[in-house]
Parts: sequence; structure tokens; C-alpha cells
Amino acid sequence: MTVDWGWFPDHRDDLTTLTLDHLSTAVPAVLFGLLIAVPLAVVAHRVRPLRGVLLGLSNVLFTIPSIAIFVLLLPITGLTRTTAITGLTIYTLTVLLRNTVEGLDSVPAKAREASMAMGARPLRTLLTVELPLAFPVIMAGVRVSTVMAISLVSVASYIGYGGLGQLFTDGFQRDYPTPVVAGVILSLLLALVADAVLVAIQWLCTPWLRRRA
Amino acid sequence: MTICRQGKGKRMISFKHVSKHYPNGTTAVDDLSLELPEGDITVLVGTSGCGKTTTLRMVNRMVEPSSGTVSVGGRDVLKADAAELRRGIGYVIQQAGLFPHRTILDNIATVPLLLGWGRRKARARAAELLELVGLPEGSGKRYPHQLSGGQQQRVGVARALAADPPVLLMDEPFGAVDPVVRTQLQNELLRLQSELRKTVVFVTHDIDEAVRLGDRIAVFRTGGHLVQCAPPAELLAAPADDFVAGFLGAERGLKLLSLSTLDGLPQEPAPADGTSAAADTGRWRLVTSTRGEPLGWRDTEGPDGDEAPLLPVRPLRDTDSLLAALDESLASPAGLVARVDADGVLTGVTGRDRIHEHAGRRHTEAGRGSAAEAARTNATSKDAEDAKDAKEAQAADTPDPDASVNA
Repeated sequence: MTVDWGWFPDHRDDLTTLTLDHLSTAVPAVLFGLLIAVPLAVVAHRVRPLRGVLLGLSNVLFTIPSIAIFVLLLPITGLTRTTAITGLTIYTLTVLLRNTVEGLDSVPAKAREASMAMGARPLRTLLTVELPLAFPVIMAGVRVSTVMAISLVSVASYIGYGGLGQLFTDGFQRDYPTPVVAGVILSLLLALVADAVLVAIQWLCTPWLRRRA
Repeated sequence: MTICRQGKGKRMISFKHVSKHYPNGTTAVDDLSLELPEGDITVLVGTSGCGKTTTLRMVNRMVEPSSGTVSVGGRDVLKADAAELRRGIGYVIQQAGLFPHRTILDNIATVPLLLGWGRRKARARAAELLELVGLPEGSGKRYPHQLSGGQQQRVGVARALAADPPVLLMDEPFGAVDPVVRTQLQNELLRLQSELRKTVVFVTHDIDEAVRLGDRIAVFRTGGHLVQCAPPAELLAAPADDFVAGFLGAERGLKLLSLSTLDGLPQEPAPADGTSAAADTGRWRLVTSTRGEPLGWRDTEGPDGDEAPLLPVRPLRDTDSLLAALDESLASPAGLVARVDADGVLTGVTGRDRIHEHAGRRHTEAGRGSAAEAARTNATSKDAEDAKDAKEAQAADTPDPDASVNA
């Protein structure tokens, strides 16, 4: 297998487009995942009987093969980016739901009690005490699901929204390894950069964890 | 049904036939009737599972009564909006329960922010409170984990006081700090209370803490029964039954002494060092500084004579307790307690015998006072016989003052 390194600068514009394309599928998937997972996690955390049901259900969804999900979604959303994003969202959901529930569990009971006893209503306690304290554990889920989403986007190249995954199909069809290597390297870099950005965000948002006495 | 009637102020918090049963069949509080006067510290004590914390938590509706009425400031708590009610009631819990993700200043500002004071005003108020509870100004920007346990507890108190609520609930607030810090915090609380005159409900399982802090003490027994509610001296002198007596412990008499001060206890001139008056006063001399502060006792008959090392002295002021005096009289080699004025300057000494005599008399007085009180209370009720019993129990429980003098 020989890699034609000269191919890279020649296809700079294509690579940039594909990378952005990749991100515009992966990032919304994680964001929608959060949007759905956090409220569900709050319900699962508050209503004990629902906890097992919700976590079980999200586990079942996780076991559906990714290609099958896209196929199942096709009749509903068609060959659109929506299909790609929806499919990935289902995957991020499992990790995000579990981590958010665990994050809420990790909030010290005393802090929750103090907030209520000071006269904060439940929603305010959730937003100003519980979620901030659960944030580090939630972020751990966000990091895992982001990396996962970035690697899974490629699968959506079957429906034409695979981002860097398109390079794999292209290289495979032409029996030309260079685009495949380019796709691997860029996916990897993208995952690393995304993870670093998330670590930075977490650091910025949790000043109370910085200087452990 | 027990009612604390000895309060000076009007009733701030009242429980009327309040019970709390849980679905699993346990009874946390059983038919509690109790009235807490404004501006006093009422301490709820008892073994664990006796319902004292549940009682406290019913005041701000963290727990709702199964039956009966809890009212604060004349208003049924169940008729109030829970969140608004709580904003008007300070709450301090064990290990402070601070928000780990908020700075000290923002922790203290919690209730003012909930009340919509705005960030600037709330922070300014928080800074005031930081000073009030004796924390350095710089600590406001720190996070709870960067403070010691005692400091965190002070922040907890400051947070509870931030919106200046008339009522303060304290649930074993000093339970998790070491004894030295605990004593400091107790003193601070008493100092704050002398300024602020809040209606304080304080839960503890530590009877010494209860005696120290309480204007009155309510003793609970397992199963949520209130057994007795009385000022500390009365409780110690006349426990209602064996349970209360057992809870107060064997050193009830000594605890009673901790409530009396040296004020009024006569003193004699000190056997001072280097003065002519000292020549005829036995073996031990009290050495003082040039300002007159006691430094220690010197054994004039020891082998080293005037070079002998000083033995420690703990000078006592008139505001110190008789218990401290009794203790020092045992520790002092001369059997004399050095008495000083507010500036720490020696005013005289008091001998062991005189302290014992005085202590014995105080003890009897407390017993007699509470028996009279019991008689008065019971005369109005149907149980006049109980009063007689109480008096007799008193007499049996109170050591003969003469005996302690001779001891």
C-alpha cells in the first residue's frame, strides 16, 4: 500500500469541505442527544420506577446496528442529513442518558437539601445546584459520545452524508488507498481536537474543581 | 402534652398536637405540643430516632406533619408557600451543606438572590456577614473545600442569617467539628445571639452543648415523645423521669454548676510573691507580673526556694463558671483559685472549701427553685400529687451542701 502524499495538498478544498461536513453531522447529533438525554435523565432520576425502563430502552436502541438504523429511518426522513443526524443521536443518547443520571446521583444530598431548605424551587435547584454539580460526570458522557459520533459519521456515507467517510467509499471503489488514509488521519485528528475542546470547556466551567486544597 | 411556658417573649413557633407517621409504620413524632418563645434558643435533644430532627424540619416544611398544626409567627406553615416560607427561615445543617460549586460569598448570598435583591446588593450583604461570623474578607472568593470544617460551619451560619430571618433552624450544626472548634463556634453563636435575638431551634444529641446554648431544653424519647421541656438549670435539678435523668448523665450536679458564675463568691487577699503580706500565708505563693496578672504558683518550701519553677495557674473572672472554679480548685497546688478582673489583674483568691460551699448552695437553690416552679405549674393542673413527688425526688437527688463542704 503506497500513499500518495502529493494527493493531500491537491485536494485541500475537498478535505476541508468533507471535514466541515463531518462536523455538521456529528456535532448536532451530540447536541440533540443532550437535549433529549438531560430531561429524560431528570425524569429517570426523580421517578425511580421509570429509571430502569428508560435506561433499558436506551440500551436496546444502542444494540441496533448502525446501518440498520439508517435503513429504518430512510422511509421517514429520506436521503437527507436529518437521517444521518437522527441515527447518530440515537447512539449518543444511551451514553448521555446514563452519564447524566449518574451525574445527578453524584450530587451530594446535603447540597440538594440545602438548596430546597433555603427556599429554592425544584426547577431552580435543578438548574443552579444539581446540573452544575453533575456537570463533570455529564461532560465525561459528552466526551465519549462526541468521539463515538465522529467515528460513526462515516457509516452514514451509505446514504451520502458520511463526511470524511466518503473518502473511504471513494478509495475503496477506485482501489486507491490514499483517500482512505486521509480519511482515517482526519477523523482521528477531528476526534482529538474535539475532545481537547471539550476538556477546555469543562475546565472553564468548573472553577471549583481547579484548586483542590 | 408539654408546653414551655417560661418564655419571656411572645410565641414564635408553635406545635399543636403534631404527629408524624411514615408509611412504613414508624412514628417520628407523637402528639407534640410545644410553644417556642421569640428570641430564645430552644434546644431539642434526645437519642437518635427520637424525632428531634423531624420536629425541626416540620418548622420549615421540609417534613409535613401527618396531623396537627405547626405555625410560625402565628401562621400555619401548611397554608404558606413552602419556598417562600423557607426563605424567611434560616437553616444550618451538619457539615454546613454548602454548595461546593459556589464561592463563599455566593453561598452566603443564596437567599438574598432568591428574594430578588440583585447580585450587587446580595454580595454586599454577604460580605457584611462574612465579617459578622469572623471570617477574613479574602475568604469570600474561595470555594468551600478550601476552608476548614470550622470555617465552613461559620459560612453555614452566615448563609442562614443572610436575609435576616427571625427564625433560625440549626440541625446538629457543630456535630462534625473537633471539640476545640466546637466550643469556639458555640461561643460565637452565643455572641451573635446576644446581638441578633433570633428565635433559634437547635438540634443536638450532645447534652453539654444543649446546657451551654439553650434558654430551654426539650428532651425527646425514642418514638417521638417529648418528655420534658425546661430551662437547663431546672432540667438538671429536677429531671421529669429516669429517662431524662439518664440522658443528662451522672454528672448532672457538675453540669448545673457550669450554669452558675463566680459572681458573688467572696475572695480573700492573695498570698502574693515579694510583698510583705505574703510572709505569713503558708507554703504557696502566687507570682504575678508587674501589671498584676497571675503567672503561677511558687513552692516556697521546696528545695529550690525562690528559684523554684512556677506551677500553672488558671485565673478566673467573675463571668467564669462555678464548675471551672471547682476544677481549678482541684488543680491548684494551694487549693486556691486566683480571681482576676476583666483586664486579667489579680483581685484575690478563693479557697476550695468556700467554692464547695457556694456550689452546694447553688445546687440546692436550683433544686428548690424548680420544685417551686413545678408546684406552681402543677397546682393549676389536676396533678397536685405529682408536685409533691417532684419535690421529694428533688430532695433525694440534691447532695447535702454540708457534705460537699466536708468532703
